[in-house]
Amino acid sequence: MYSEKVMDHFMNPRNVGEIPDAQGVGQVGNPKCGDIMKMYLKIENGVIVDAKFKTFGCGAAVATSSMATEMIKGKTVEEALKITNKAVAEALGGLPPIKMHCSNLAEEAIKAAISDYFRKQGIPTDHLEDLACGRRCDDIHKAREDD
Amino acid sequence: MRERFVYLDHASTTPVRPEVLEAMLPYFTQKYGNASSLYSIGRESKKAMEEARIKVAAALGAQPGEIYFTGSGTEADNWAIKGAAYANRKKGKHIITSAIEHHAVLHTCQYLEREGFEVTYLPVNEKGLVSPDDVRAAIRDDTVLISIMFANNEIGTIQPIAEIGKIAGEKGVYFHTDAVQAVGNVEINVSGMGIDLLSLSGHKFYGPKGVGALYVRKGVKITSFMHGGGQERGRRASTENIPAIVGLGKAIELATLDMEERNQKLIALRDRTINEVLKRIPHVRLNGDRQRRLPGNVNFSFEYIEGESLLLMLDMKGIAASSGSACTSGSLDPSHVLLAIGLPHEVAHGSLRLTFGEENTQEDVDYLLEVLPGIVERLRAMSPLYEEKEGSQCTVKK
Ligand SMILES: Cc1ncc(COP(=O)(O)O)c(C=O)c1O
Ligand SMILES: [Zn+2]
Repeated sequence: MYSEKVMDHFMNPRNVGEIPDAQGVGQVGNPKCGDIMKMYLKIENGVIVDAKFKTFGCGAAVATSSMATEMIKGKTVEEALKITNKAVAEALGGLPPIKMHCSNLAEEAIKAAISDYFRKQGIPTDHLEDLACGRRCDDIHKAREDD
Repeated sequence: MRERFVYLDHASTTPVRPEVLEAMLPYFTQKYGNASSLYSIGRESKKAMEEARIKVAAALGAQPGEIYFTGSGTEADNWAIKGAAYANRKKGKHIITSAIEHHAVLHTCQYLEREGFEVTYLPVNEKGLVSPDDVRAAIRDDTVLISIMFANNEIGTIQPIAEIGKIAGEKGVYFHTDAVQAVGNVEINVSGMGIDLLSLSGHKFYGPKGVGALYVRKGVKITSFMHGGGQERGRRASTENIPAIVGLGKAIELATLDMEERNQKLIALRDRTINEVLKRIPHVRLNGDRQRRLPGNVNFSFEYIEGESLLLMLDMKGIAASSGSACTSGSLDPSHVLLAIGLPHEVAHGSLRLTFGEENTQEDVDYLLEVLPGIVERLRAMSPLYEEKEGSQCTVKK
């Protein structure tokens, strides 16, 4: 059900680990959903020079985490904020429809880590408020019950 | 190419035994007659079907006239529950079942709730056992059916069926059991156990897929399932699937013949797997009851990791297994069975079901034990929920 690229990023995930002196750390997802991702960013002069992750989750969650960290390395924080879960999924050669919700995690983790960075830098994060998601799971559960 | 393929998912389905396939083959191309036809190849089909019926009846301690062939285990469950509910509407609208039934039962009950029936979903204890006292206490004057599965497909727990059957008999309430996982694994006697309706499915005991049977005790009132021709005494119309029925008959005969011998072997594989995994891997729990479980069933939860990842990595090593994680179920919730025995969501997500079958060997267990610890360690090293501190001391991060 997974593309070769997804399987490659799942079996050989890039950038697994932690960055002890990270400028931004974000954790998203919750155990109820079954996917949790923690992202660590090393940021110098507004540029993401290193990214690492730890993920508790399915194949899609691990692969999107891996791909997302690859995509943001070398980008400015503003550029990184524009990366969507769809872009990550596309870079992986697509995900099965029922797995799209797992891929939200990567986009959210990037946003959560960057907003942590902004907070530590004293930069206002109001414009990010509705992006860092804690309600993701319940929203999806609700959407499902409705159909 | 894979070096090795080890199939550890027999609760999902089993291979067709060569003897079963051999018995089926003539009924596709040579003895293809319609069992309702009066000429020779029609009569031959009819005879083969009735022989299969006798075999199913013998395996259950029933009369052949009490066996109806169906298109699957799911169909048998649907028929038993809807059939008993609709046929006994005058008596009442209450059904008792458990929280850990297969979806073939649960979703049928939910459907009936929308049709105006009331359903009590009995809880189970932490091992997955239904309490007969709870069954007794739940019975009302308007209860028309009790449906409790014989053995659970995920955690393998075997229910106190005879006790529940006795209570149902005393109270004059019909008792249905989904025995799809039990047939060929557990001794079954419908009269001794007070069972009025019993579902089974061919592909769980080395028979073909897409064929099942429903036992209906003589005199039990249920509506017909399919309306059409007069097949299955008019209660389940449509031209009978003779090859599949012949295969089911042969498979149930073989499954019950060598049950004890096979079970001894399966229990040895099961228990060694349980003991060794619990010994070699930290932060693991066994789900289900240690003793009262199906001979081939093992179900673990590995803390801090997610089941689908585990399955993918096992698959890369050629091991086929299953999990109750949300990401494998196609829904967002982990298995209702694991939640019903009280597991927290994240622990339920990390479940692994291994179900042994007759072609498995101790070498398969050796291989599993060789690859599993490394896979678990690798996934844990990737998990934000897990942190290794100073050697083997592990803690959960907030
Ligand atoms: C307990 C139980 N009931 C019912 C079924 C459904 O059987 P079938 O696949 O024949 O429809 C299964 C198997 O998936 C099962 O394990
Ligand atoms: Zn997922």
